[in-house]
Amino acid sequence: MNETAQEQGGFYTEDMTISVGPQHPSTHGVLRFVVKTDGEVISEAIPDVGYLHRSIEKIGEKVTYHGYVPYTDRADYLAAMFANQAFCMAAEKLAGTEVTRRGEFCRVIACELNRIASHLISVGTFGQDIGAMTPFVHALRERETINNLMEEICGARLTYNYIRIGGVGYDILPETCAKITDFIDHFEPIVSEFNRLLSGNKIFIERLAGVAVVSKEDALSYNLVGPNLRGSGIKWDIRRDIPYSVYPELDFDVPIGTAHVGALGDSFDRYWVRIREMQESVNILRQCLKMMPKGPAISKVPRKFRPPVGECYARVEAPRGDMGFYVVSDGSEYPYRVRIRTGSYTAMSIIDKLSKGIMLADLIALIGSLDVDAPEIDR
Amino acid sequence: MDAKEIYASLEKLFPGKVSDFKGDVMEPYLTVDSAAIVEICRFLRNSPGYRFEVLSDLTALDWPKEEKIQMVYHLFSYSQNHQIVLKVDLPRDNPKIATLEEVWKVANWFEREVYDLFGVIFEGHSDLRRIMLPEDWVGHPLRKDYVEQEEYDGISTQRAPLVEKLLR
Repeated sequence: MNETAQEQGGFYTEDMTISVGPQHPSTHGVLRFVVKTDGEVISEAIPDVGYLHRSIEKIGEKVTYHGYVPYTDRADYLAAMFANQAFCMAAEKLAGTEVTRRGEFCRVIACELNRIASHLISVGTFGQDIGAMTPFVHALRERETINNLMEEICGARLTYNYIRIGGVGYDILPETCAKITDFIDHFEPIVSEFNRLLSGNKIFIERLAGVAVVSKEDALSYNLVGPNLRGSGIKWDIRRDIPYSVYPELDFDVPIGTAHVGALGDSFDRYWVRIREMQESVNILRQCLKMMPKGPAISKVPRKFRPPVGECYARVEAPRGDMGFYVVSDGSEYPYRVRIRTGSYTAMSIIDKLSKGIMLADLIALIGSLDVDAPEIDR
Repeated sequence: MDAKEIYASLEKLFPGKVSDFKGDVMEPYLTVDSAAIVEICRFLRNSPGYRFEVLSDLTALDWPKEEKIQMVYHLFSYSQNHQIVLKVDLPRDNPKIATLEEVWKVANWFEREVYDLFGVIFEGHSDLRRIMLPEDWVGHPLRKDYVEQEEYDGISTQRAPLVEKLLR
């Protein structure tokens, strides 16, 4: 392209190679891109990941099943509850352990609160990445309340270790339930306030509409999951389509991208799915708080947990999509292999393709709209 | 379609290339001949009735006693809502298999991870580099007999446990 421009007497600029990250604020953790640009237009952005590789999978082979639950927290620290749940589901399926009914409800309540917290971070930082500083503070203020609730539920604010094999670590007390109700009553109008503040903002929309469009075919071929997949118009949610826990009894909608302001599958669609998912989570929370039965929060599970020989793949719908734990048991106290399949990893693999031909500033919008989370990529 | 029907039809269409079906386990799987993996995956993705649009997961298992590395492919279909697990046995001393990049794009990254952590070579892969570990790392950590190198870039990888240090 440059050479022809030069032949035609146009302005000649040399390709630049820029290193974005690993400490760039928009990279949400530690990841790096090697970007080749022609002026401001990107010709290639090669992701360089692995800075946060903590070999969580290898650690899984060295600790017992019960002992591994806290490690799963660290896979994705913004949504630790889901990794807890996915691993426990895999272990329970392997050993045929029952989960108490109250335990299931406690899990769903904790998970949906965690989903709201994670989406708040996602949409808040997304605004910040492309220049809207205020919404981030509003989002974090709400998340702070959720962190306080989580602290009341399980004693931790970030790495919960709450969901255990057979149920949950601690029951959710009636006082806490009342506080959760107060919070969702307060939070529901906040979502529309957030929409007035950010989602309807003309600058915000123009930065995102039609930027980095993911077609349905690409979304499938690159195995995008969760809000990124639904943003491209594919109505698929594990909570609805491969139901687990008590989700079949709950009534909720699965929001999908609708080309709200630009093209189907653009950055705004992915953002807009997350906003509506927070509202759905509020619905789910309301139903759960009403339906929650009395009873024990955890079933009797032996200390020495030895599932029979076998293998299991358990999926949950995490905020960043399909989180799968593939656990292989050889009949001993330790898992033979734990494989964690995360949504951010596959979302990251599409960035190279989508970044061709977009502006450097749009790369930041693209990363934010895919909601990639570095610890979840590297594990 | 359930896993049994998928296996039965694959056995008819690709005689001798699929074997060892286990249907009574939690994740029904079948073993595929390593030379036929691309052919079978392309068929499973494109044929009506199967339509495995996504490769949910690709990983490997190391079995040192059986002298093999087992590739594990989790296939899923959104339109048909069915799933199947394919396994391929590779020799442990020289694991090589064709890449699935042309079937599912996401295989590129999944395979890089398996190359990095298990040392499986994917033939025809467009960008087979380490992904988690630095380029000059020695060994493949998820193999069962992996021993960490003593130092990396002049930095020791071994540390005495803190408690013992304090007791001394």
